[in-house]
Amino acid sequence: MMNDNDRSGMTLIVKTVTRLTLGFILIYGIYIGMIGHSSPGGGFAGGVIIALSLVHIMLAFGRDTALRRIHRGMLRVLTGLGALVFLYIVLCNPNAALGRIALPICEMLIVGAGLFAIFVALVLLSKGHRDSE
Amino acid sequence: MLEIHLILLFMIAAAIIAVEVRDMLSSVVAVGAVGIGLSLAFLVLKAPDLAIMQLVVEILSLIILVRATSHRDLPFSASGRWVFNTVSTISFILIFLVCAYISLLNLPVFGEPQLRELSKFYIDEARTLTGAENIVESIALRFRAYDSLGEATAIVVATIGVLAIARRVSIKGKADDER
Amino acid sequence: MSIYILCLILFSVGLYCVLRKRNLIKIIIGIGIMEYAANLFFILIGYRQEGRAPIYAHDQVINNMVDPLPQAVVLTSIVLGLALMLLLVAISIRIYEKYRTFDITKINRLKG
Repeated sequence: MMNDNDRSGMTLIVKTVTRLTLGFILIYGIYIGMIGHSSPGGGFAGGVIIALSLVHIMLAFGRDTALRRIHRGMLRVLTGLGALVFLYIVLCNPNAALGRIALPICEMLIVGAGLFAIFVALVLLSKGHRDSE
Repeated sequence: MLEIHLILLFMIAAAIIAVEVRDMLSSVVAVGAVGIGLSLAFLVLKAPDLAIMQLVVEILSLIILVRATSHRDLPFSASGRWVFNTVSTISFILIFLVCAYISLLNLPVFGEPQLRELSKFYIDEARTLTGAENIVESIALRFRAYDSLGEATAIVVATIGVLAIARRVSIKGKADDER
Repeated sequence: MSIYILCLILFSVGLYCVLRKRNLIKIIIGIGIMEYAANLFFILIGYRQEGRAPIYAHDQVINNMVDPLPQAVVLTSIVLGLALMLLLVAISIRIYEKYRTFDITKINRLKG
């Protein structure tokens, strides 16, 4: 797991609490995403919660530590994969049961990976601006 | 419906604070208060899906706005045609309000909607046709899956757009944020 | 009726912000407030007095559900609003990097 000795990021308390609660937030996001057809929730809300948990890592552990563990190319691949599978299911409509399981998963992939990629891009943009000053 | 009035008054007060306060960070936090108030209003108006959605979206946009506005100055320039600008803006808003009030008279009374044919069909048939208990989700993902496709397309296009805007290209034409 | 008017006032606050303020971040905030008011107006139109949330229960028949169609439409609208706001923030950070200010009148002056 991530080491606490890094000076980047927030204090030790925040890092410890983040490490303890991260899994719960991820599981809660997946639950909200998959429960949508029988209870309030839905794929998009679940995807945003997953993206928020990744943002949480990045805010607590600092930019460099988080980016060492999360590859940005993988985020783009996941977003594109989710979008393609979503397109295939909506346009070809292969199977109703497949759609019920797969559509929320695709939504979670698109929203979670896409929004986190946007966040990383914005943070890097701000960082470059601050370095050049 | 006292509570929805109170929530709306709270939202209007927070919005006025967000518009008028000079400190940028306070302004962004006040917008967060407006969003949380909207989430509460959705909950009171019996839309739990939207309440969850609005809450998480509000948190994400709040984080991004705070990161965008911290470490930056707030230019405040009141010079120029202050009186003319304010008067023209307020007269435009008054004209808008009068037109909107005239169109409001044709709307159904609050609390007694005239359900359209389509809404009745969704309420009656959603469970038998799709097997989903949550009607909103069955509309969004089954009856109107093309809407969700457009939504997903918008997110992907926004991702591509932000990545293209945030990309740094050096003089040699080589992007240096790729590692 | 009074609720509709309060919702319109909320919309006008956002409209005033967009039209009058000169700071780019304030303009983004105004667009967000207008979007909130529009979403709320949709849900207010579909609300029914003493209604129930549009979710079926296992063992009872619910007759007085609120209108589910505006909720499904607003669900799309919220996501589109988030995407719009992210694009606006990215563009305004770029503008700040180039002109060192958020003031739209100075941006206009420095052009060219």
